[in-house]
Amino acid sequence: MFHIYCPYCEEHREEEEFHPKGQAHIQRPEDPEACSDETWGDYLFFRDNPRGVHHELWVHAVGCRKFFNITRHTVSYEILETYKMGEQPSVTAKSLSEKDKQAGVQAASGGWQTVGARPESDALNKGARV
Amino acid sequence: MSDVKEFDTRPTGSPSSESPLAWSFHRRGTPPREASAGVTLREKAFLGHLILRGGAIVLDEAVREVLGITLPARPNTLALDNSGERSIQWLSPDEWLVIVPGGEEFALEGRLRKALGQAHYSIVNVSGGQTVLTLRGEKAREVLMKSTPYDVHPQAFPVGKGVTTVFAKASVVLRRPTEEGWELVVRRSFADYCYRWLLDAAAEYGVIVER
Repeated sequence: MFHIYCPYCEEHREEEEFHPKGQAHIQRPEDPEACSDETWGDYLFFRDNPRGVHHELWVHAVGCRKFFNITRHTVSYEILETYKMGEQPSVTAKSLSEKDKQAGVQAASGGWQTVGARPESDALNKGARV
Repeated sequence: MSDVKEFDTRPTGSPSSESPLAWSFHRRGTPPREASAGVTLREKAFLGHLILRGGAIVLDEAVREVLGITLPARPNTLALDNSGERSIQWLSPDEWLVIVPGGEEFALEGRLRKALGQAHYSIVNVSGGQTVLTLRGEKAREVLMKSTPYDVHPQAFPVGKGVTTVFAKASVVLRRPTEEGWELVVRRSFADYCYRWLLDAAAEYGVIVER
């Protein structure tokens, strides 16, 4: 069971009280009449399915009944952040990979991490790759 | 004054009315009184329930003027007047539940509408849709612990708190207006189910149903 922090109730609640509602931050094309079929089709039907950090829309169905966003890691199921509607996430795939770079962790594109990527072993790695 | 049409849901004269638990009482009666019961259950039927929606600042002014209670602005809080009979509870950032003694709700709605004027708000009388069950006794908390995943330890659930949460697969508004008693605001359609669940959960401690 998850313990999810509801940004409106300002406390952690049981997962039972929540429902996931799919991908967050989907923007409706400004002018649907003028946009291409492909853009409209993307907007209506196509969703991201990343391996790693994903921003999702959830609703606190039994509770305050407000929609909010969750940043969740789809591999570890870890909830990295919850934030209100209309706000932008502070944790993103990009911000995480930058943090990893600073800590010397080499992140593969899929989100998995490889060991031995510290700056001091950089020369070794270079030699190995050639 | 807004142009909303109001009507009193309570009919004039005195036709007989049934509480949401009437059917449960009719069908199974109440359990025999036990001398050493740990839980006392009681229905507070026919209270006036209003749902207020709108901005906190606008509503607060009106509610203080009309009811004399400050609108609870913090999440999951509950405010009572001095008599303890009228209460306002935070349900969501723009939604509050007002419970007043039965018969007062229609007049209150009118006074609130007058005080709110042309502001952007909504008031809905939901008195017929829900009922209040009270739970008292030293084992009341144990019964709740069996029924809801929410933490009901006094440290996490002090007096003056109220939450909407899962209760026995249904949903209730669970609140603690006083030190010794808990209140459950249950939907009319779930009332019989919740009542029977509570009887079952409280059976091991001994239960008295007051009527």
